[in-house]
Amino acid sequence: MSPSLKSEARWILVLRSSAVCSALLLLLILAFLCKESWPVLREKGLSAFIYPGAWSPREGEYSLLAMLMGTLSVTAGALLIATPLGLLTALCCNYYMPPRLASYLKRMLEILSGIPSVVYGFWGLTEIVPLVNRIHPPGASLLTGSIVLAIMVLPTLALMADASIVSVPTQAVKGAAALGLDTWGVFRSAVWPAARPGLMGAVLLATGRALGETMAVIMICGNIVQVPTSIFDPVRTLTANIALEMAYAMNFHRSALFVSGLLLAFCIAIIVSLASLVRPRHA
Amino acid sequence: MRTRLLTPFTLLLFLILPHLSLAVESSPLSGKLVITGSSTVAPLVLEVGKRFEKAHPGVRVDVQTGGSSRGVADVRQNLADIGMVSRALNPDEQELKAFPIALDGISIILHKNNPLVSLSEEQIVGIYRGQIKNWKDVGGKDGPITVVNKAEGRSTLELFEKYFKIKNSEIKSQVIIGDNEQGIKTIAGNPGSIGYVSIGTAEFAAGNGVPIKLLPLQGISATVEEVKAGKYPLSRPLNLVTKDNSKALARSFLDFAQSAGVEDLVKEQYFVTFSKK
Repeated sequence: MSPSLKSEARWILVLRSSAVCSALLLLLILAFLCKESWPVLREKGLSAFIYPGAWSPREGEYSLLAMLMGTLSVTAGALLIATPLGLLTALCCNYYMPPRLASYLKRMLEILSGIPSVVYGFWGLTEIVPLVNRIHPPGASLLTGSIVLAIMVLPTLALMADASIVSVPTQAVKGAAALGLDTWGVFRSAVWPAARPGLMGAVLLATGRALGETMAVIMICGNIVQVPTSIFDPVRTLTANIALEMAYAMNFHRSALFVSGLLLAFCIAIIVSLASLVRPRHA
Repeated sequence: MRTRLLTPFTLLLFLILPHLSLAVESSPLSGKLVITGSSTVAPLVLEVGKRFEKAHPGVRVDVQTGGSSRGVADVRQNLADIGMVSRALNPDEQELKAFPIALDGISIILHKNNPLVSLSEEQIVGIYRGQIKNWKDVGGKDGPITVVNKAEGRSTLELFEKYFKIKNSEIKSQVIIGDNEQGIKTIAGNPGSIGYVSIGTAEFAAGNGVPIKLLPLQGISATVEEVKAGKYPLSRPLNLVTKDNSKALARSFLDFAQSAGVEDLVKEQYFVTFSKK
């Protein structure tokens, strides 16, 4: 074997072991979650957690359904606001704005994405909650949560969407322009089909971030365990449930909180598989 | 030759001497002290522990949280040397010894712009049960009441439940909060809300311009002074508990935690200093 081949073999070994490590990490966390949730799952069964009911662990009731609905509705609300805003921002940056101005805008989005979530939560609690409260008390609600989460995932969404629009081959764009199409026409016929998997990826990544957000959500959603019937209803998410009660939980209660974590991991797994379903079609 | 010998020797001397003098001056305490329990008491004990470690370099103080019940359980099973319990010991826990290190009171708080100056205990219970939903039913301005409650497992909630004889499942709240700070911000941002938090934190916030007000209970105003005097009804001791305090290290730490030398730390955590009788 020549020296260069040898070093390449070594390099491949490093790469492969890193990849295996990353995968093992996930399995390890999953195994840990399963182990910690096992005591209560064995005693009460999975149905106790996913059927409608109350969450009062000290009285032996563990239904997570309301909190699952809370998590999903806050995430959906955030995406409903952030997706159009993010995609249009990306579109504007590429086609409807002087490049210099667009690059300033992107810098600002990058800074926005770097602000810690607890700061967003604090801002939401002192500014957005009182504002919503004036329309409809209590203020801490599904709507407030969706607004603040939307602002939090917006930079990720806009920047990723921008990257996927930028990566569309120049020939395609120029070709379409040469056919006499206007900017919107170029976007619809050349850019959108090529950038779609990337744009979907951006939305799914934002979904993942919104599902997992904890600190901000605790401060602004009200944390009441209930299935929301209006956007002004307070909700509790699965992550908020873990963070609120973990420090004080023992035995089955503690174990039940790990089931919340397991359920959340399951939601993320569904999102990721959706993402992989979207990608190969256009790859 | 002379310098060669001297240098390592002096160096050795410099290394050993400080330790020698320390060993003579300070107590021979060393080892690890495990303290577990209440998350309310833990921040205070953590600070006390740091100061204790500074005074006794051979000692490591390990503070872990998990609630008052964990504190009791761990001490019983010898998993911890000292437990932190944010309430008086129950009748079935009398085999343990309690060492109060501070007091804490809970105050009902409203937004500053709420014209009400007091509520009876029946009114508070009615509001928390969801039977009274509008401020005008208790003599206030017309407007919906936002009930702010603590998350399950918090010791403040337990004390509140016990005092007002109400179960958490009976409480109809619109907002659930984690810590005191979040509670104060929530009330400050919502003129129609009612909540309850630790008195020290609330008094400090109100004194610094946060728009909240502390309601009196049974006609006794909610102040740190009244808690200290033992008059304010909704208060509790913050205890350190042990099974046996014969171990020199644990005993020394308990003495230190109850001494006047940590009063500034108690105040820093917004608790009420406990005057030893």
